[in-house]
Amino acid sequence: MIRVQQEDFDIGAEVAKLTAGRTDIGAIVTFTGTVRDHDGAVEEMTLEHYPGMTERELSRIEAEAQARWPLQASLVVHRYGMLRPGDNIVLVVTASEHRDAAFDAAKFLMDYLKNSAPFWKRESGPGGSRWVEAEAGDADAAARWHKRNHAAE
Amino acid sequence: MVTLLYFASLRERVGRSREELPLPPGTPTVETLVEHLRSRDARWTEAFAPGRMWRGAVNRRMADPATPLKPGDEIAFFPPVTGG
Repeated sequence: MIRVQQEDFDIGAEVAKLTAGRTDIGAIVTFTGTVRDHDGAVEEMTLEHYPGMTERELSRIEAEAQARWPLQASLVVHRYGMLRPGDNIVLVVTASEHRDAAFDAAKFLMDYLKNSAPFWKRESGPGGSRWVEAEAGDADAAARWHKRNHAAE
Repeated sequence: MVTLLYFASLRERVGRSREELPLPPGTPTVETLVEHLRSRDARWTEAFAPGRMWRGAVNRRMADPATPLKPGDEIAFFPPVTGG
């Protein structure tokens, strides 16, 4: 399941909803990304996205994670709009029978999302505002999963 | 006609978020469309200058320079993504 929304999310409530009535799950991994301030430089962060493509891309990434690992359930929630330091940005939840699949799938979802989901961050603070630049490491992290996939073939 | 969408810093550079325009003649691809846009005026030349990072999507899927275009397509241009 994926959701793109302005509102905040409650991690506990999301996990409870995702796993309600399930007794076949042995491992639940959650990842939460939050707005980070750098020494008072960030007062606000605005997240722009591409409505329509964002949902499509997140669904595609989730389907790929489901195909690669035996997941009982998964959830990606990503916020957009104006956020402040400490606010939640993104939630990934993966549930599986065993921890390895849940950990690996959660990392895969985040690595892929950071590389291909159409979101852009703009930070504002006392020094003005600027678009956050993509980090080369994000593309490398996503590429590692390609290599792992090819190595397994 | 095709619909062009611009996002984030690229939107600010070209000064608009959306426009409709006829496809350039020949065998249009993302790359030939960008060449056409670059020739329009200084804002597009600057936004798509060599060395400036940009990405394209066609009909809401990530595309590459060789992706072919046809009338009715929705083509989006944006900088590398920074979500998560």
